[in-house]
Amino acid sequence: MTDALDRGAARRPLLSLRTITMTFGGVRALKGVRFEVMPGEVHCLAGENGSGKSTLIKIITGVYRPEPGAEIEYDGETYSHMSPVTAQAAGIQVIWQDLALFPEMSVAENIAFQTMVGRRPRLVDYGAMRKAAAAALKRLGVTLDVDRPLKDFPIAQRQIVAIARALVGEAKIVFMDEPTASLTQSETDYLLDIVRTLSASGVAVVFVSHRLAEVLEISDRLTVLRDGALVGVYPTEGMTQSRITELMTGKVFDQTVRAKPVAGRPVVLEVEGLSRQGLFEDVSLTVRQGETLAITGLLGAGRTELALALFGMLRPTAGTVTLEGRPVRFASNRDAIAAGIAYLSEDRLSLGLIQPQSIADNLVMASYDRLLTGGLLSERRKRTVVADWIRRLAVKIGRQEDPISTLSGGNQQRVAIAKWLATNPKLLILDSPTVGVDVGARAGIFEIVASLAADGLAIILITDEVPEAYFNADRVLHMANGRIVNRFDPRVTALSEIEAAVYA
Amino acid sequence: MSSAAAPPRASLGARLKALIGPEMAGPAFAFVAVVVVFSLVSPQFLSPATFGAVGFQLPELGLLTLAMLLPVLTGGLNLAITFTANISGLTVAWILHANGGLEASGTVFALACLAAVAVGASTGVVMGLVIAYTRAHPILVSLSMMIFLRGLGEFLTRGGDVSGFPSYVQPIGHGTLFGLPVPLLIFIGCVLGWHVLLTRTKLGFNTFMIGSNMEAARYSGVNTRKVLVLVYTLSGAMCAIAGIIMLARFNSVRVGHGESYLLITVLACFLGGVNPFGGFGRVIPVFVALVVLQLLSSGLNLVGANQHLATALWGILLVTVMVLRWVVGRIGSYKPRKG
Repeated sequence: MTDALDRGAARRPLLSLRTITMTFGGVRALKGVRFEVMPGEVHCLAGENGSGKSTLIKIITGVYRPEPGAEIEYDGETYSHMSPVTAQAAGIQVIWQDLALFPEMSVAENIAFQTMVGRRPRLVDYGAMRKAAAAALKRLGVTLDVDRPLKDFPIAQRQIVAIARALVGEAKIVFMDEPTASLTQSETDYLLDIVRTLSASGVAVVFVSHRLAEVLEISDRLTVLRDGALVGVYPTEGMTQSRITELMTGKVFDQTVRAKPVAGRPVVLEVEGLSRQGLFEDVSLTVRQGETLAITGLLGAGRTELALALFGMLRPTAGTVTLEGRPVRFASNRDAIAAGIAYLSEDRLSLGLIQPQSIADNLVMASYDRLLTGGLLSERRKRTVVADWIRRLAVKIGRQEDPISTLSGGNQQRVAIAKWLATNPKLLILDSPTVGVDVGARAGIFEIVASLAADGLAIILITDEVPEAYFNADRVLHMANGRIVNRFDPRVTALSEIEAAVYA
Repeated sequence: MSSAAAPPRASLGARLKALIGPEMAGPAFAFVAVVVVFSLVSPQFLSPATFGAVGFQLPELGLLTLAMLLPVLTGGLNLAITFTANISGLTVAWILHANGGLEASGTVFALACLAAVAVGASTGVVMGLVIAYTRAHPILVSLSMMIFLRGLGEFLTRGGDVSGFPSYVQPIGHGTLFGLPVPLLIFIGCVLGWHVLLTRTKLGFNTFMIGSNMEAARYSGVNTRKVLVLVYTLSGAMCAIAGIIMLARFNSVRVGHGESYLLITVLACFLGGVNPFGGFGRVIPVFVALVVLQLLSSGLNLVGANQHLATALWGILLVTVMVLRWVVGRIGSYKPRKG
């Protein structure tokens, strides 16, 4: 009798939302969405940017109020809407992407400060705070020095602190918004272990991630949204990355190996024994006209540092670089740009583009000299040049004067590519060009890469996603610990073999 | 992949909007408010006398504000502007005194002015180099320069005035040309120069870019150090021009002249819609903001208000504009984010 009751209780969802609709300024962000989370399960919320994931989370946590007709059932209670206070009190916790922690304060203060708010007398009990923090970390099976300031810890451990804070708040369900976006592979594995611990202790986790491999690895079920509507709820077992992509975008991406023979073509870049103490060691490679050379490997393998050395922003300590037959040595990236090398930064938000400035200004930034007549800007030529690139790379924009931050990740990346193409490069280095770009828009980026290669541009593609390298490059180099350890030809080596080598 | 499509042309409305811009809203509103209120209160307000007074008083503050504007656009500040102007003025005074005093020739004066600009620019070079290479905060660097220049100037002048210049110097501060005050003409020339610099040259473009994000600009091939050094150099040179005008207006130079302008220049920049964190701002709105401040001061003078009250009202005006801008921004951007 009790057993049957227990089983019945376990099958009832912890959180259940029905007919959730939300409109912003005439745009339907959510259209009658249904969403359910079982107690203690790991549930992934998948969808492209703008599909309504964040809006849904904000409704559950009380930031937004859904339109009438919405039904929210949580832990046996029915609500027409949540408020941030009721949501927190009921054990709904969110770990936002920026974590919202205090770097200067200690781990204990970060974890337990909420428990001190509103207490009387209004004094801080450091002993109780340290105890609560240590207990929360213990539940996660982690030991951290709770007295050290948070800024001493790497981002992965700050995530743990944010999770511990949620536990102190008696969480029954924790939402994690892109928690692995800035983590390395080993840090990600560590975080996923923590998520499993959390779920095993009965806390439900809703996981939002762009990295589909993680989604498959960690979740029990997944809910897919597209354009604000529910596509479906699926058990993760039996899912594949390409099936999820298909559900998210509603399109089928037939991925074929683009690799072609390039042996006879003229060499654009030749690197011989390039080294920089502690960053990369004895790197040799050649890139030919119209060739796309991929460099893959885990984060921290020295890929970006190698690219920066080729781009003149990092001085190599040994080795030679030859560009179209002439040995080159750059004092700064201005020399590299003048010589015909362009580098698309992996960090689009803070290094690749100047977010508050306009689309037009970002686009012409690296090639401004070409717009000057007698030292003065020709406004008309600028407009023409910008309009031309916007059309050639099919960038979707409102007005040229709009801030670049108003564009989606994919369109921002197109502008960033246009910025470098406007310098008329011979070699284009693309460092992780699909970071923060929707699955659907990624294909578009690689279409551009392919057509640039067809026009004869030499391209180095740096990526930590092996399939990207495999499908889009003519040759794939595997970099680890600052060295090139393997060279693959996608036409003869299978994807699984390269993946096994890289992720080993 | 070349294109035969006609270049898109900005419509007249868009051009007008770009010319006026969102930065212009605050100063334009303040301008209309000041003109309307004072012409109602005092019938003499809308008279050539008022505008003459404004024309003679505006340039000192105005030139110093232009000197402040460029560093502010890079996200910095130049606190040494007033003392740079003083030291540059002293340079002119000493060269005149050493070469005939009241009898000094026009050539001597011209060379003295060049030397003053060189002195002003060199203070900027030093600050620019320190800021660009050590990444020290511009406030600290320019504060050090300000204290150094003040100490140096007071040591050399023993705290007194230096006066007695050839008679042809005075018209630069008091004369008129085609019915317009000479200092105003010089100021307007500098305003136009700065406008062209910021809207049409590579240095101006890069000033905005490094003001928004120095590292991203560097990754795009902007020589950020060179831009910083040039910005502070031009700022110093503009201080020198202000110093020469002040010399001509007061017919003397004293270290500490115009010291009270320092913070007003910062506020005039912000009143003119310049982003306090750098990256955005235009010269013409700043010019209008300066005119407003001067009109307010002259108008109060006209109705017989205390001079100190005028300064207090500047403060109130600036705060009001900031609040209004915030209100307008809230109304304009009220769109919940989606995603």
